[in-house]
Amino acid sequence: MMHWIIAPIVLPAILAPFIVLAARHHFGIQRVFSVAGVLAQIAIALGLVWQTSDGSVILYQLGDWAAPFGIVVVGDRLSTMMVLLTAVLALFVLLYAIGSRWDERGWHFHALFQFQLMGILGAFLTGDLFNLFVFFEVLLIASYGLMIHSGGDVRLRAGVQYVLFNLIGSTLFLFALGAIYAQTGTLNMADLAQRVTLIDPADTVGIRLAAVLLLLVFAIKAAVVPLHFWLPSSYAEAPAPVAALFAIMTKVGAYAIIRVYTMIFPPELEVTADLHTTWLMPAALASLAIGMIGVLAARKLDRLVAFSVIGSMGMVMVAISMFTPEGTSAALYYIVHSTLAAGALFLIADLVRAGRANLELVAMPAVSGAALTSALFFVAAIAMAGLPPLSGFTGKLMILDAGFDTPQATWIWAVVLCSSLISVVGFARAGSVLFWKAKSVTPPDGSQPMPAPAALSYVAIGGLIALLIAHTVFAGPAYRYMANTSAQLFAPQPYIGTVLETPGKLSTPTKEEH
Amino acid sequence: MGLELLVASAIGILTAAGTYLTLRLRTFPVILGISLLTYAVNVFLFASGRLTVGAPPILSDAAAYTDPLPQALVLTAIVISFGMTAVVVMIALGAYLGSNDDSVDDPAAASDTRGEETT
Repeated sequence: MMHWIIAPIVLPAILAPFIVLAARHHFGIQRVFSVAGVLAQIAIALGLVWQTSDGSVILYQLGDWAAPFGIVVVGDRLSTMMVLLTAVLALFVLLYAIGSRWDERGWHFHALFQFQLMGILGAFLTGDLFNLFVFFEVLLIASYGLMIHSGGDVRLRAGVQYVLFNLIGSTLFLFALGAIYAQTGTLNMADLAQRVTLIDPADTVGIRLAAVLLLLVFAIKAAVVPLHFWLPSSYAEAPAPVAALFAIMTKVGAYAIIRVYTMIFPPELEVTADLHTTWLMPAALASLAIGMIGVLAARKLDRLVAFSVIGSMGMVMVAISMFTPEGTSAALYYIVHSTLAAGALFLIADLVRAGRANLELVAMPAVSGAALTSALFFVAAIAMAGLPPLSGFTGKLMILDAGFDTPQATWIWAVVLCSSLISVVGFARAGSVLFWKAKSVTPPDGSQPMPAPAALSYVAIGGLIALLIAHTVFAGPAYRYMANTSAQLFAPQPYIGTVLETPGKLSTPTKEEH
Repeated sequence: MGLELLVASAIGILTAAGTYLTLRLRTFPVILGISLLTYAVNVFLFASGRLTVGAPPILSDAAAYTDPLPQALVLTAIVISFGMTAVVVMIALGAYLGSNDDSVDDPAAASDTRGEETT
């Protein structure tokens, strides 16, 4: 059996305690180990992506116990791609945190960062719903620590709201798991996919309840309207590198929706047939509209970026809730784009903050390094608003194209196009006030010029933007990869077969065991 | 039948009380409410393997046995919710002592209204 698939979870699980216990007082050693760990993650993730790119499914049975009795870690195209995306984002976020010295402003940044990675990667790789819950909790408890990193009253209050909202989400998740177990007697995803088709049509109360509860939980994670209220203040008040890393956390919700609602509750399953079109699509369109209106209405740059995250998650959810192979491949392409663009924007907002009293959208004296910062903001805003030539535009084209044949085509086209226009206006207004009007404001006499941000910060943001450009230039191969991925998602039989039919302990009870 | 009614109504009452307290929007009642909700969900998880009286949670030659898996699930859930409650109490205490305000709402919205009151 291949052991590499468990490495993305085990590596941070070993690194984080090491950083806490052995390197507590040495920022240099912490930084070296943290960066080395993330680089190793990228290498492992590249290997896993290469291994699954031919459509094979990697299975790892913990303790060699066979599914569905044992715990399994499963890697297919979707999981390994998300692992790679997380590792790449984590590298640039970490470089920025080191360059801007955010990691020195509180305790245990690097250890919590590694625990956060462990939770996120575990959520992508697990093949079991209960372990999905456990990894959600791992990533959440690390994110609680990161969210209030370096303290401050406003940040603590935003943190309380964030933690409480997520605790309620966890409770709902457990209710859903209990309902699923009571009805089917299993929590292994592949096993569930087979058993839900066997449920008596007259006795589906439990499973329908569970399907809706699960959707609510994942929608909280993905910040789908009306469950998005936790996001703006949490992301705006979180330290910038943390907010940039959180850009992947909303995608964990999107990933869970794709995984669960293509495999366990697929659209053709009669029990939960109307869930997607009746509930998810309107909510997704509403998040897209509200997010982009929020971009226009925001009075501070960090909130503007937070609302653009809600809007881009709405865009992803619109594509997901079509539940067609074309829609899902467009959603996957857009997930990569939106993660990189949101991460870059949060980091740029921090560069702007470094030279100003606050992030309110009013003209203030020009920030140090304003020329480069404004150029980066310009590129990232074009990507996020979805203007040509960057990947936001190609991603949006794919979503519009996928939505053309669906019954809700009018709604999808209208909301996507109008919200894009609104977000363009919102970003243009913010950029012109922050960078253009700043030239007409003379700094008050005697004010010290702020030191320019560190070069490493620019390297980190430049790296994310370079990836966005690569995602645009290689949109063709990327889209073909996503199309193969969604084809694999919509034909889950090989996945289910690999998980359930791989022999392990307990799979064939022998006489000797009694 | 009596046992099922007892457990089901216990879950219902705990959930109702927990939901009411969670909607109070002050940290202390909200944390109490979420604790009640987690108690409710723990009992719910425990009951998801069906209620069996006086049977061992292990497969044996005896005809009756209790499903052992929900017990393992509930143990995990208890540990996690206990840890999470400890974390949220600490953060909430820090936020209350720092800003002398224990309401659970959007900090930006709250500071905006406070600004309008003073002007």
